Amino acid sequence: MELDSAMLSRLLTSLTLGFHIIFATLGVGIPLMVSIAEWIGIKRNDPHYLLLARRWTRGFVVTVAIGVVTGTAIGLQLSLLWPGFMQLAGQVIGLPLFMETFAFFFEAIFLGIYLYTWDRFKKPIYHWILSIPVVIGSSASAFFISTVNAFMNAPQGFTLKEGVITDIQPLAAMFNPATPTKASHVLSSAYLTSAFVLAAITAFSILKGKDSIYYKKALRFTMVASFVFAVSTAVIGDFSGKFLAEYQPEKLAAAEWHFETSEGADLILGGTLSENNEVKYGLRLPNFLSILAHGNPAAEVMGLDQVPEDEIPPLFIHYLFDLMVGIGMFLAGISFLYVLMARFKNFNENNNMILRLIVIGGPLSVFAIEFGWIFSEVGRQPWILWDIMRTGHAATTADNVGLMFILFTLLYLLLGTICIVVLKKMFKNNPAENELEQLSE
Amino acid sequence: MDVQLIGITVLWVFLYGYLVTASIDFGAGFFAYYGKLTKKEHITSKIISRYLSPVWEVTNVFFVFFFVGLVGFFPDTAYYYGTALLVPGSIAIILLAIRGSFYAFANYGARKSHFYSFLYGVTGLLIPASLSTALTISEGGFIEEQGGEIVLLTQNLFTSFYSWSVVFLALVSVLFISASFLTFYASRAEDQPALELLRKYALFWSFPTIAASLLVFISLQQHNPEHFYKTLDYAWMFIGSLFCFLIAIYLIFYGKRYGVAFIFVMLQFFFAFFGYGASHLPWILYDHVTIYSAYTNETMGIALIVAFMAGLSLLIPSLVLLMRLFLFDAEYVKGERKE
Ligand code: HDD
Ligand code: HEM
Ligand code: HEM
Repeated sequence: MELDSAMLSRLLTSLTLGFHIIFATLGVGIPLMVSIAEWIGIKRNDPHYLLLARRWTRGFVVTVAIGVVTGTAIGLQLSLLWPGFMQLAGQVIGLPLFMETFAFFFEAIFLGIYLYTWDRFKKPIYHWILSIPVVIGSSASAFFISTVNAFMNAPQGFTLKEGVITDIQPLAAMFNPATPTKASHVLSSAYLTSAFVLAAITAFSILKGKDSIYYKKALRFTMVASFVFAVSTAVIGDFSGKFLAEYQPEKLAAAEWHFETSEGADLILGGTLSENNEVKYGLRLPNFLSILAHGNPAAEVMGLDQVPEDEIPPLFIHYLFDLMVGIGMFLAGISFLYVLMARFKNFNENNNMILRLIVIGGPLSVFAIEFGWIFSEVGRQPWILWDIMRTGHAATTADNVGLMFILFTLLYLLLGTICIVVLKKMFKNNPAENELEQLSE
Repeated sequence: MDVQLIGITVLWVFLYGYLVTASIDFGAGFFAYYGKLTKKEHITSKIISRYLSPVWEVTNVFFVFFFVGLVGFFPDTAYYYGTALLVPGSIAIILLAIRGSFYAFANYGARKSHFYSFLYGVTGLLIPASLSTALTISEGGFIEEQGGEIVLLTQNLFTSFYSWSVVFLALVSVLFISASFLTFYASRAEDQPALELLRKYALFWSFPTIAASLLVFISLQQHNPEHFYKTLDYAWMFIGSLFCFLIAIYLIFYGKRYGVAFIFVMLQFFFAFFGYGASHLPWILYDHVTIYSAYTNETMGIALIVAFMAGLSLLIPSLVLLMRLFLFDAEYVKGERKE
């Protein structure tokens, strides 16, 4: 691996996006959870749900701040690190990027209002209405940015002749073949992760001996939501696999270590590769790859033998794919178990075993997001614009990228650490018990 | 008016929006820290945090809007500025990141940390200084194409008289805009001690603002005579700017109608900023990029304008609502509302 400007730009982009995506994901999902909780609270006249909405919002403000500043960083870095890409692609895909900022604008305005008007209206439902633009704004911004990323995977809507772009159709570029699966999987996984992270925090409190009904309601609510989103994420993930089989078969083949084109292809879980690409120790699920790729156990799946040597993505993405899917199954399983046990009265769904698993599920869901993105982005290599522009040709030629990489690493370490410290302090200084007491007065 | 001109005007309006809102924010950070140092924080801190809390994120979006829109309308600027500004741009990003997140940490998390408010105050001055270099560079003479690569002539930048006078102007304007807005806000809050103090700040920073503007003109004449002579075509705008300044100062000095005074401050900067912008055209980056050479294609340009219109029809009512709730709601401003 040579550390030239292009490689360093890739590293710096990965660093910023990898950090941003944690906060961006929470920024998309938490408003939805807050809004539903407040709505239930108003409808059922249940102060516990209202308190839930308030406390989540308070923590959310801190994570949003980091989402905003790292998002600003990535927005500028795209031009700073990938000037060639932005100069070319900007002409075709500028529209959703621009619309994304409108969505932020809309969200930012109403978030400001929402935060400072809890007790300002006579009818509580007016305050709840203010949460809707926040939910729409954050989800719309995720949608728009996903279309940009989808475009990088399945570029269309223009003609390129000798470096000159003509015949541009912004809407065709935006609604490219990758958009439906990309945008819906991103949204669904963001909702899942947010619900699970909130559930993990609640489960952690219960494990610590807090036993108010407030926590139990919170856990039940977040678990039901997690289950719904886990199922939808897995189903849409399956469609994403079918998308890959049709439009980026080499990414799927690399992720599945599928070297030879064949019918009735097996799915390999885990394993290691020998020097001449033989799979060892892996678990083989017969015909499952054909099912994932085409929904038919006998279908033919393209292998890496059809891909030119210098266009084969790195093969380590296999593990990332397995980890993402594995975590997805785990999250769906736990939330299903919890919901099931809560339905039948003779089980205690709040037993230590299941609570611990929920606590682990929180960080795991964030890891699934990271693995998913790295899989998707590295799996697109060597292309920055699939089949059109190579990553190496798009990078900046400026020096000093290495130095910037170090500076940004320090910045994110600082922000990450302080974020955790501040959140901890915030909830320690003002435990839910205090506010619960005020409620009952 | 052609699409290119509409595009750059829209972007310039948003940059102007950022100039005003961010200056208020940056200056407020500095005054808050200065208040801490001089043990006067009890006077100003409430006013400042009540205004800033709901709006800081909105301020940031003005900026994001500007640079995303610039790259959208004029993709070539990404190429030229992108390569040249890697280091100064990254530094500005880091400062913005520190400022934004520490604001949230200090306000929502651990309140009284001296270190947080130090960072918040200092970045408030460093950010305008570093962002203003982008405008300086746009005058040409700081970027060169060497063997197909774009290079920033850092040495020239740091030794240029013009460059330093722009930095100086940026700093004093930030403090002046901020102080005159906060004076108005304090008067709405009927907070007499804060009003007195902030009014003094506003008057103190007023004349340096004018002095710095003159300095920029003089150094522009040396640095880029072509641009300088073009500004003379727009002399009426700069005179208008001075006129608005005098009215604002008159009102603040005699303690009358602080709201109107602030509107005149906004007009002062509006005229100066648009006079500067208009005379800068057609160049985005002098000698390299014009709004015509960098323009995206016609289809995208029109799509962006349509999106802009649609977006604006959502944004304007929302912004009005935000201002009604937090700027023009006397009870909120006075701090008599529960959150
Ligand atoms: C909580 C997060 C999470 C979970 C549990 C899953 N995914 Fe995922 N996946 C993502 C989060 C994610 C992601 C971060 O959102 C990605 C990265 C890029 C993208 O489009 O979405 C992604 C990408 C992604 C792709 C690549 C799409 C592309 O490159 O265009 C496929 C094929 C799948 N996923 C399939 C699945 C399957 C079959 C799952 C079964 C349970 C699954 N994912 C669970
Ligand atoms: C908008 C346009 C985008 C551009 C120009 C872009 C570009 C890139 C490039 C060039 C890389 C380096 C690839 C490599 O190191 O192998 C990368 C990596 C990555 N990108 Fe994207 N990307 C975009 C959108 C996104 C989005 C929307 C996300 C999700 C938040 C994302 C997440 C990632 C992640 C997590 C990596 C790390 C992969 C690694 O470790 O190498 N990207 N991106
Ligand atoms: C799928 C991946 C991404 C998602 C879901 C996402 C979502 C978000 C969210 C929720 C925020 C917080 C905004 C707010 O609360 O106002 C944010 C901020 C931001 N994001 Fe990302 N983002 C993603 C990737 C990217 C990429 C690749 C870019 C680069 C173009 C980007 C640019 C920004 C910018 C500029 C901001 C700051 C906006 C502001 O100032 O309010 N995001 N993003």
